[in-house]
Amino acid sequence: MAASSLLGGFDWRAPLGVGRSLLLAFATFALLLLLLGKNPLSAYAAIFSGALGSGYSIGEVLVKLIPFVLCALAATVPARVGLVNVGGEGQLYMGAWLASFAALNLTSLPAWLMIPVLIVTGFAGGAGWAGICGFLRVKAGLNETISSLLLNYVGTLVVDHFVHGPWKQQSAQGWPFTAPFVDAARLPTFLGSRVHLGIVLALGGVALTYFVLRWTRWGFEVRIVGGNPEAARRSGIPVGRYLLVAMAIGGGMAGLAGMCEVSAIQGRLRPGISNGYGYIGFLASWLANHNPLWTVATSALLAIIVVGGDVMQVNVNLPSASIDILTGLLLFFILGRSRKVVAA
Amino acid sequence: MAAASDEGMSPHPATGHLPGTALAMVGIDKHFGEVLANASVDFSARWGEVHALLGENGAGKSTLMSILAGLYRPDNGQLLVDGQPVVLHSPKDAIKHGIGMVYQHYRLVPSQTVTENMLLGLPGAPLRLDTRRAARDIEELSERYQLRVDPYRPVWQLSVGEQQRVEILKALHRGARILILDEPTAVLTPQEADALMRTIRHIASEGRTVIFISHKLEEVRSVADRVTVLRAGRLVGSGLDMAEMSARDLARLMVGTDLPGRIRPRPRASGAPRLTLRRLCALDDRGLQALRSVDLTIHAGEIVGVAGVAGNGQRELAQVLTGMRKPASGQVFLDDIDVTGAGARQMALAGVAHIPEDRLGEGLVGNLPLLDSALMKSYYQPPISSGPFLNLKSAVQFTRGLIARFNVAGATPRTIARLLSGGQLQRFLLAREMSMQPRAIVAVHPTRGLDVAATHTVQEWLMSCSGEGCALLLISEDLDELLQLSDRVAVLYEGSIVAAVDREEADRERIGLMMIGSYQPDQVAV
Repeated sequence: MAASSLLGGFDWRAPLGVGRSLLLAFATFALLLLLLGKNPLSAYAAIFSGALGSGYSIGEVLVKLIPFVLCALAATVPARVGLVNVGGEGQLYMGAWLASFAALNLTSLPAWLMIPVLIVTGFAGGAGWAGICGFLRVKAGLNETISSLLLNYVGTLVVDHFVHGPWKQQSAQGWPFTAPFVDAARLPTFLGSRVHLGIVLALGGVALTYFVLRWTRWGFEVRIVGGNPEAARRSGIPVGRYLLVAMAIGGGMAGLAGMCEVSAIQGRLRPGISNGYGYIGFLASWLANHNPLWTVATSALLAIIVVGGDVMQVNVNLPSASIDILTGLLLFFILGRSRKVVAA
Repeated sequence: MAAASDEGMSPHPATGHLPGTALAMVGIDKHFGEVLANASVDFSARWGEVHALLGENGAGKSTLMSILAGLYRPDNGQLLVDGQPVVLHSPKDAIKHGIGMVYQHYRLVPSQTVTENMLLGLPGAPLRLDTRRAARDIEELSERYQLRVDPYRPVWQLSVGEQQRVEILKALHRGARILILDEPTAVLTPQEADALMRTIRHIASEGRTVIFISHKLEEVRSVADRVTVLRAGRLVGSGLDMAEMSARDLARLMVGTDLPGRIRPRPRASGAPRLTLRRLCALDDRGLQALRSVDLTIHAGEIVGVAGVAGNGQRELAQVLTGMRKPASGQVFLDDIDVTGAGARQMALAGVAHIPEDRLGEGLVGNLPLLDSALMKSYYQPPISSGPFLNLKSAVQFTRGLIARFNVAGATPRTIARLLSGGQLQRFLLAREMSMQPRAIVAVHPTRGLDVAATHTVQEWLMSCSGEGCALLLISEDLDELLQLSDRVAVLYEGSIVAAVDREEADRERIGLMMIGSYQPDQVAV
């Protein structure tokens, strides 16, 4: 309840309601597995051992954790002022797009300059894209849930257009790729794994969001705007500005995720850089009751499910994408919780 | 005009039914929870007459008519249409008996056309909607009653006045012989209102009955044949011939004559002018003139009550004074400082406290702990915050102070606001506003919905504030409360201050006359 209060802080009660939803989702999925004649226990064991069984797989979990956390923040920050941002996916693509524009054109920059430029452009791409929804909401009353969702399709198509057209690498023999980024435009990785600088951005984003929401005047104003916009207006808080800025910051977080994917993982811009990360982040945020600290835990859980899910699908001999059923069930049971809990 | 004058009128020996009587409601009682909305009310109307139903806000007019329209069922009492007892289970039943009501809030589907709205829920609608024929019917009807409206336009494109015409046409199209209009002119421009009056007379001239709910005396006098007056849910004047009633008579019936005892014994303070409004004009949300050149001065230590029927500019007046609405022209001074057009925060900082109409909706954050609501007006100042950072310790301390000050039993800074009672919330809100050390207070319906004890506390607090030199503007629909607390009573009618009379010279009759727009300067000394 008090998850979004100054007193609430790190609220240990928040996961209780969520735990029930998690349990229901896992139980339902287990039931489905039973119907298919599979052993749910060995399936779940495969997920966890697949995700956490080796140093490599743990690294992969961390690699997935980065976009999940950033996309979770993309939903969390707007949620705190009462907005529902379902547009993480499109914002991710637009962040990747703008960062790629910088990476492909500023090829002579040294890495110490290039990486800040990538961070700024990635953030700006997502922020601008989400800002459209925020602006339309404030100026025209257009529902941001709908507009952000629809802009997901537009965002991915914008990237498609550029990689099939103007930015397409000549030597790529028909593949929709841009030229590979120069080395200076690749985020550094750690410990010989694919874990990259993005982990610092993601955890830094969480810490900053948590700190601002909990300890600053802006955080207080966000709470009031989210709690009762009319009362906020009456105490002189510029409500429209908060809606716009929160939406833009959220979009910027998703944009950073997109930048990380092109710069660290792919090394170029191409279609399909995100495997629904924007939606998974949305799920992580709702699982965490929009508490920024908890999004790390829920994102980690989802990263384990996604990474381990691949192993599980092979081991238990299930069709690929059956793990999507599990994430779908999670979303279903989370959104199905009583409205009162969500509102608080 | 009334069909009653046709021939010798003698009641039917068995039913007591007078020829020409369209409907009769006998001994109607209606409670909503503990609130008594109608207490043994009788009402009857004749064919071919316009019958006005007059009364203050909350007098029970709308409830009575909603019973007639089948929306509510009475606790007790009987309904007769054309001398036959009827029981209405739903608005559909009422329509079957030829009773149609146009509510204050229209019930149209915005995305559908006028014709589609007319066909909606029509009994026995065919599988295929014959919209073309229906549209022709509508054109015919609108021609006949001078209710111009394009049958093919979607409702969302229509003005409020046009939507009202659709509602009236809808009722007529369904064969309403008894048409009830609930404050139909409240949303109309004067020209639209004039046109509506002509339409109403036309409808009545066909032998139908029009029941017209209003509290605007002039239009009631101009259009109605007879009038029934309710006060506090009871009948105070039944079927009176309009020609024999003076405005003064009606005002007296509507608001009563006895003055409530004054609970504020202190003689009127004579401090310096504190809050001064000069030729203040403002528009409402629809861009229509809501305040017309309001001049008002409230002195330090003075309580000025604003009386008036809801919707005459009270809301906009409170909004302008609390920085929630920019005035269109005119000036506002606090002491000697021009605060015209200042925003909500500037107004609060200048020293104008605000007790809003809807505590949980506008003043507090129901889903968060009291702490958050407590800080809303002061979080940006030391000691609560320094620079961009909040100080949790002093925030908690501050909130504890507010809770202690108004003795909100059992509450802590962690208590979720909406779990408190209305009286506790209002006390908490008062404590918060008082912590700002205001120089002027704008209080809107401060005791609405509170029990006797809480009402008393709030009133005591308002008086003690004025005792400390605060200028207090008290906007209320409760005339008794206004007369009990105020040093002067100003009456708002259609956005203008009709008069501001000293409490000693105020009487209910005069105020009632002013509230319903029937005030003549020679009747009241200002």
